[in-house]
Amino acid sequence: MADLSIEFAGIKSPNPFWLASAPPANSGEQVMRAFDAGWGGAVWKTLGDPIMNVTSRFGGVDYDGRKLMGLNNIELITDRPLEVNLREIREVKKRYPKNVVIASLMTETKNDWKVLIRKCEDAGVDGLELNFGCPHGMCERGMGSSVGQEPKLLQEITSWAKEFAKTPVLVKLTPNTGDIVEAGMAAVAGKADGIALINTIKSIVGVDLDRLVPLPRVGSASTNGGYCGPAVKPIALHMVAALAREPGMIPISGIGGIATWRDAAEFIALGATSVQVCTAVMHYGYRIVRDMIEGLSEYLDSQGMKSVNELRGRAVGGYKEWGDLDLSYKLVASIDPKTCIGCQLCMTACHDGAHQCIFTGPDDRPRPPHAHAHGPAKAPKPLPIGAIAGDRVPWIDEPECVGCNLCQLVCPVPGCISMVEVPGGKSETWNDRVADGRHKLPGGIHDDA
Amino acid sequence: MTLAKLPQDRLENELHDKKPLYTSAEAKAEADRCLYCADAPCIKACPTEIDIPTFIKKIASGNVRGSARTIFEQNLLGYSCARVCPVEVLCQGDCVYTGWGRDPIQIGRLQRFATETATRAESGGAPPLVKKTAPASAKKKVACIGGGPASLAFAGYLALEGHEAVVFEKRAYSGGLNTTGIAPYKLHAHDALHEVAWVEGFGVEVKTGIEVGHDDGPGRISGKKLLETYDAVFIGVGLGADSKLGIPGEDGPGVYGATEWIEKMKLEMSKAHREEIAGKRVLVVGGGNTAIDVARECALLGAADVAMCYRRGVPEMSGYAHEMSGGRKEGVRLVGHVQPVAFIRDAHGKLTGLRVAKTDANAKPIAGTEHDLPCDLVALAIGQSKLRDIAKELPGVDLDKRGCVVITDTATCVTGNPKVFAGGDCINGGKEVVNAVADGRNAARALLERWATK
Repeated sequence: MADLSIEFAGIKSPNPFWLASAPPANSGEQVMRAFDAGWGGAVWKTLGDPIMNVTSRFGGVDYDGRKLMGLNNIELITDRPLEVNLREIREVKKRYPKNVVIASLMTETKNDWKVLIRKCEDAGVDGLELNFGCPHGMCERGMGSSVGQEPKLLQEITSWAKEFAKTPVLVKLTPNTGDIVEAGMAAVAGKADGIALINTIKSIVGVDLDRLVPLPRVGSASTNGGYCGPAVKPIALHMVAALAREPGMIPISGIGGIATWRDAAEFIALGATSVQVCTAVMHYGYRIVRDMIEGLSEYLDSQGMKSVNELRGRAVGGYKEWGDLDLSYKLVASIDPKTCIGCQLCMTACHDGAHQCIFTGPDDRPRPPHAHAHGPAKAPKPLPIGAIAGDRVPWIDEPECVGCNLCQLVCPVPGCISMVEVPGGKSETWNDRVADGRHKLPGGIHDDA
Repeated sequence: MTLAKLPQDRLENELHDKKPLYTSAEAKAEADRCLYCADAPCIKACPTEIDIPTFIKKIASGNVRGSARTIFEQNLLGYSCARVCPVEVLCQGDCVYTGWGRDPIQIGRLQRFATETATRAESGGAPPLVKKTAPASAKKKVACIGGGPASLAFAGYLALEGHEAVVFEKRAYSGGLNTTGIAPYKLHAHDALHEVAWVEGFGVEVKTGIEVGHDDGPGRISGKKLLETYDAVFIGVGLGADSKLGIPGEDGPGVYGATEWIEKMKLEMSKAHREEIAGKRVLVVGGGNTAIDVARECALLGAADVAMCYRRGVPEMSGYAHEMSGGRKEGVRLVGHVQPVAFIRDAHGKLTGLRVAKTDANAKPIAGTEHDLPCDLVALAIGQSKLRDIAKELPGVDLDKRGCVVITDTATCVTGNPKVFAGGDCINGGKEVVNAVADGRNAARALLERWATK
């Protein structure tokens, strides 16, 4: 079993799995049950002056029969008195000294930050997370994402917190910004000890088409909320990676659509030290962490890694600018007639959504006028005859295939379509071409017809 | 509208749906499994060529009315077909998932969901799914002989185009085999009659209790009169009475023709009649789908023992393997390679057994191999006679050697008389409801094209 324990800016955690600051980390009773289930840490539901909430608060996006591909909420920070939260934090830390409790905080004036930080640290928290990310309700009051969207303000409040705090300070970033690197570097400049991202994405989750009111509905109206869940993972992965590759970066806690060990491993490979989970727990409960722990261990073992720390950041070097990618790397699609079931989705996708190079039948096919290759597409002789699909197996016009992957992505049969590497000539990048002046291609705006 | 006449207390209601209506969530989950194949094999396997992937995707998107409309464009009786089609050997049999060794998309159940949900909403006040249009040519009048699926499809499609269609049905109930013959766990008579009423809603007039024959009178109308009165006539009479074995002891209590018994069970027998089957030993003679149906119905109604006697073996059975497999699970046995030679009755004439002989490789009885199979009831499912007389009343209409009405091709279903069309079991000797619907629809389209070009 690989070692899953981590140290995040000095905070020791038995594993990288933390509950994000959200309803699953709302109370001591919940957090203790979560720790019993195996969660390494919890970022407490954001503390501050108690607020009032509305009903309803959540909206879901279902996809093809699966529930909650995305979740949006318009719930605010904790609605419980600060003293109640602090008393429960103290109790949790007493009973679970090895688990991490981080207080998420949100308030306004410098003095408020000072008092709030002192009270939380007196309760025994292991660290603080400044909520500069909430994109609904609180931002209208000048807090949450309205701070995260202003790098100067973000830096200033971070430095206030650092002035008062004895424990590590994490800054939670909003993705609702033009450049996440600018926000992240402002946190670094404010001397934060770590950053956490992403908070939720500003969203309207849907519209009630009978009442013609956006969702989630509060009487006859709604408001924009924060979007999270599996749908946001790719956005979060990019933002984590974009910061992870910055020189001088501080530890990152990755958040956004993490539901399985595999999701977690991807965040860690792109530079996260811990990961935070909310939607998947709201959907399936604390129990999911058992599989996350076991699955991550199995994966690390299978890769010969003794500790999760060996995985951290291993994929960051592979994240490059487009201009640095190898233009000579070539793939073509290949369909396995033995496993093809003849649905021909690859053919439809290629013709309507890609480069018109998949066909059926014995006849040669005229290539479209914009084809890269010349002459007709040559049908293979003999035609491929499938074990399952018979003569419904499509064939590839290889010279015209651009290796885009779309056919493989739509194919329902695992392993039926493979992308085969073919010789592509001498390695070169776009930036190489720019450097030696070969970036002007024929057919441009200023070329004569 | 004959639904009102149907008794509430019917034995067939003791047999429940084997494939109940999907809930919306079940339908969406199944619809989402559909791969949406290009040039989809399921469409090609459907005799009415319903655009199956399109109607399924419309269920997935929540456009159930649009889904039903896609079905009805090609198959006006898409509701009953959804419930009675042997999908295992048609659309679902050719689903790419089947070839892959996976469960096929449950196309029949999805089609039922779309058609039943949408037509129920219609009777609940939703606007009509399919709109009637004004006729493209002068308004014409057509008559249908027989009120089964072929006639209803023919009449319905023409009525939707603004023409006048009258259906003459000799029975008390219209709907043909959908009403009188389909196994109740697939379709009950009241649901079949609901569908007829839906077609009547397009303006089709269904006249029950009127037989087309040689002369005119109460309950009768002649072929001559039809040809004089109507611009076109459609023959959709189906098949005739159950064939008999012609062996000693056949006439008397306890021996039934299979379709005759099924019709009584579905329409006339009350629940109290269950006693006539429950605990009894039933023999069914035949190896086709009607034989399997009657055997399964008796087994489900509580017969102590149900055996099918067939003169050949399992590979030669014309009944579908999936039906036989279902029957076996319900307790139906197959006694293969036997030929009935006599019915055995006691001194009071009560049936006590069936004497059978073993058969040779040519399905001929072998002398000296006779033995008795004890039984209380026998159902004969060895075929049905052809209704040959109708051809005599419609000049130009011919029968082939089997007694089937001759048509030029199934694309038009026109007979030797250009005014007369025919479809369904009376042209093919007994196929599926969906084939009958395809014939009726094709005949209607051929007529519409003829009228539009003249």
